[in-house]
Amino acid sequence: MQIYLPIAEVSVNAFALLGIGGLVGVLSGLFGVGGGFLITPLLFFIGVPPTVAVATGANQVVASSVSGVLAHLKRRTVDIRMGLVLLVGGLIGSGMGVWVFNQLSRLGQIDLVVQLSYVLFLGLVGLLMLQESLRALNRDRKGIPVSTKRHQHLWLHNLPFKMKFRASGLYISVVPPLLVGVFVGVLAAIMGVGGGFIMVPAMIYLLGMPTKVVIGTSLFQIIFVTGFTTFMHAWTNQSVDLMLALLLILGGVVGAQIGTRLGAKLKAEQLRVLLALLVLSVCFKIALDLLLMPSELYSITPVKRP
Amino acid sequence: MRHLAAALVLLLAGPSTAGEGVVAGLSQDRISITANFDGSDLLIYGAVKREEAIPVHPLDVIVTVEGPSTPLTVRRKSHVFGIWANTAAVEVDHAPSFYAVATTRPLYEAMSWTEDLRHKISVPQMIRSVGAPQEISDSPAFSEALIRIRENNGLYSLKEGSVDLREETLFSTEIDLPANLVEGEYRTRIFLLRDLGVVAWHETVIDVRKVGLERWLYELATGQPALYGSLALFLAALAGWAASTAFRLLKNG
Repeated sequence: MQIYLPIAEVSVNAFALLGIGGLVGVLSGLFGVGGGFLITPLLFFIGVPPTVAVATGANQVVASSVSGVLAHLKRRTVDIRMGLVLLVGGLIGSGMGVWVFNQLSRLGQIDLVVQLSYVLFLGLVGLLMLQESLRALNRDRKGIPVSTKRHQHLWLHNLPFKMKFRASGLYISVVPPLLVGVFVGVLAAIMGVGGGFIMVPAMIYLLGMPTKVVIGTSLFQIIFVTGFTTFMHAWTNQSVDLMLALLLILGGVVGAQIGTRLGAKLKAEQLRVLLALLVLSVCFKIALDLLLMPSELYSITPVKRP
Repeated sequence: MRHLAAALVLLLAGPSTAGEGVVAGLSQDRISITANFDGSDLLIYGAVKREEAIPVHPLDVIVTVEGPSTPLTVRRKSHVFGIWANTAAVEVDHAPSFYAVATTRPLYEAMSWTEDLRHKISVPQMIRSVGAPQEISDSPAFSEALIRIRENNGLYSLKEGSVDLREETLFSTEIDLPANLVEGEYRTRIFLLRDLGVVAWHETVIDVRKVGLERWLYELATGQPALYGSLALFLAALAGWAASTAFRLLKNG
């Protein structure tokens, strides 16, 4: 069934959109990532213009994150206090990121910078996570008892302004989570994603939060960051396509519920191996696009005239 | 679903020169883009009106349909430091979003180059680029690339021999309008040619508009962007909550 999208001005298959929404929703519920790094390239692929794809992708991430967070709230696996601290940092960072984005656009190389940061950060995060989680799985299989070092106190946890994060079982300074929030906010604004794929490993490895609460907390703050992004795109560029968003959302919210339930059945290490492989494959695909000679060297972009 | 509105016959007499004129009709003079729009076939037909004997030179008919124009930037990638990056750009001032040419014979067997320049009929004539930056010496390559990309997308086409001409009097052709059609006025021109020269021509406009829900969403997005953005967020949150609740009820019930 073909459907015409009023803002994107293209006609696409409605079932393809439901499928993309569903796939990204499952990943969102499973890993706590918004899926922005997947949905945008998938929408390009079926012919949606890039500006509409980025803005509408953000809108769909809001819906699947709300759906996922509600499921996590029921299981009490959201650290709301930690989420709020991360969010404050995230909004500051996102403001800074928008400024950097505009500077780069003026230089005319924003596409390249976005692609390079995708390759760099997806590659780095994916490799680190794969290595760590494979080691953990191996340890499990050999029956070596895990030497729990969750409460190791890094120097950065001893900074002032200590705060109790009960859901995470942490009593640490608010400075590291604030900095993580700012850093993710900057990247999110430049790369046009919610930043879950950086947020999740940062919470596990830098803040020492238990994997169980990491996903719900990540989703919680993604709702606000992508909500802010969606609104700004709709307001300044008029590039949010509600028809497209509703179809993606319909698939996405159902997918997120399935993902959350799947996640409860899998072991944390297995979950991390899967997420690492997914992140690495997207990284590989973008790297190939940069390295191989494209079949069409030319591209057309409409000029925006106010 | 092919969208074909009730056949509206428009009988309009074109300017008559050299004793011959065009009487043309369109299968539709309005195309409505609805939610399930996926392209349309436009039938253009008509007759040659003449008050003298048929001249010796054979008659040719050329039909063009042209979508609204927008300025564009065409960028080119090249290999720098091992990766492919945009390194050159040319601004195109005028390029129609859609352009189809249908003829009775190969284009330049029916029409001279001078007539093409005068009436701007062939596809390359429709592209007008403002001066390329000095460091770009091959700016025609950018216009060629623009035409190539749009031809591959079905937006630009030259169909030689697709106009059916009977008894030097009745002609008809079908123009395939793709699904990714842009809203606006589509200028339709019909040229009659003899001995490589235009002897008569006729012009009319087809109105392509979004209707219903498509129209409403588009107007809201452009007219009330803050309200539209809030609506998008509200619907997203509502859908997320509804799915979560539905699944919980399903599980418990």
